[in-house]
Amino acid sequence: MSGKLLAIFFSALLINNFTLSYFLGLCPFFGVSGRLQTAFRLGVANTFVLIITSLATWALNTYVLVHAPYLALIAYILVIASTVQFVEMVIKKTLPALFRALGIYLPLITTNCAILALALFQTSRGYGLLEGLVFAVASGLGLMLALVLMAGIREEAELSNVPRLLRGTAMSFLIAGILSLAFMGFAGLFGGS
Amino acid sequence: MSVEKKSFLPELTKGIFRENPTFVQVLGMCPPLAITNSVLNGIVMGIATTFVLVMSSLMISALRKLIPGQVRISTYVVVIATFVTVADFTLQALLPAAHHEMAAFISLIVVNCIILGRAEAFASKNPILLSIADAIGMGVGFTLALVLIGSVREVLGNGTYLGFPVFGPSFEPWVVMILPPGGFLVLGVLLLGLAKLAEVRSRAAARAGEEGSR
Repeated sequence: MSGKLLAIFFSALLINNFTLSYFLGLCPFFGVSGRLQTAFRLGVANTFVLIITSLATWALNTYVLVHAPYLALIAYILVIASTVQFVEMVIKKTLPALFRALGIYLPLITTNCAILALALFQTSRGYGLLEGLVFAVASGLGLMLALVLMAGIREEAELSNVPRLLRGTAMSFLIAGILSLAFMGFAGLFGGS
Repeated sequence: MSVEKKSFLPELTKGIFRENPTFVQVLGMCPPLAITNSVLNGIVMGIATTFVLVMSSLMISALRKLIPGQVRISTYVVVIATFVTVADFTLQALLPAAHHEMAAFISLIVVNCIILGRAEAFASKNPILLSIADAIGMGVGFTLALVLIGSVREVLGNGTYLGFPVFGPSFEPWVVMILPPGGFLVLGVLLLGLAKLAEVRSRAAARAGEEGSR
C-alpha cells in the first residue's frame, strides 16, 4: 500500500509533472513566474486548493455522482468554484496575513486547469481518499516546483543580455521546453510508470 | 449596447489573424500544447472547442439581459460545462479512438480561458449574431493554431502528416517533438517568428510613415 502511495507521489511530482509534462496550469506558469516570491506563494495556494478539491471530488464521487454520472463535469467545476470562494472567505476571516500574501491569486485558482484536471484524473484512475490526497499534495508540490524553477530562471534572465526579439513570451516557452526536457530524465523512475 | 457600430465580417475575421487567441492573446495554452502531437488531434480539439465556443456564446448572448451581474461568472461556467459535456459524449460516440487519446483534455475545455474570456468580453455585451461571428472567428483562429503546431510536431516527430508518411523510410523521426518538450519548443519558435514578422512590419510601416510626412 505504502509502495503504491510512494509511486503516486513521485510520479505526480516528477515524472508526470502537471506543468511540464501534462501542460496544465500554464496560465500562472507564464503569467506569475516573474518573481520568485509570488511564484512560491502561488504554489502554496495551489497546493492548498488541490487538497481541498481532492477531498470534494472524493465526496462527490462517493455520494452524489453514482446516481448521475453525466453531471460529473458540471458538478466538479461548480464545487471547485464555490470551494475556492469559501476557502477565500475563511482565510480572510481567520488568517488575514496569509490572505493579504496570496492576494488576487486565490480567486484566480478556480480557472487553473490543473485543479479540474486533478478531479478528472483522480476519478479516471479510481483513486480512493488517501491515494487522492497523496496525488493532490504531490501535484501541488510539482506545480510549485515548476513555478519556482521558472521564476528563478526568469529573474536571472532579466539581468542578462537577451536578444530583444526573444524577450517575453517566446523565451518563456523555450525555457519551459528545456525544463521539460530535463524533467523527461525522471521517466526511468519506477520502471517508467 | 456599444456606441460604435459593429458589423458581422470584421468580428468574424479578427479572431483568425489580428486577435488570434493562441498566438496574439496567448490564452488557453494548455490544449494547444497538450494534444498537438498529431494533426488529427488538433483538428478534433479545434472543432470541439469551436462548437463549445459558438454554442455558449449564443446562449450567453441570448440570456445576457437575464443573467444578474453578481452571479454571471458561475452562470457562464455552468453553460460552458453543459456544452462541453455534450461535446465530450458526442466525441466518445463518434471518434472513440481520438477521444481515448485526449480523454481529460476534452473535459478541460471547460477551463479554457478563451471561452470564458469571450463570454465575459464579448457575448455578454453584444447581440446574438455578432457574438456568433466573434465565436466562429475565435474558434477558427484557435483551430488554425492547433493545426499549425500539430503539423510541425507530427511531421518532425513522426515523419507523417495526418497519418500518411511524408519523408519515406529512411527518415529518422525526431521523437522529442511529439513528447512534451517539443510542444513548448515549437510554440516558442513560432512565437519568435511572429515577433520577428511583427517587427519587420512595424518598421516598414514606420518607414512608410516617415516618407509620407516628408
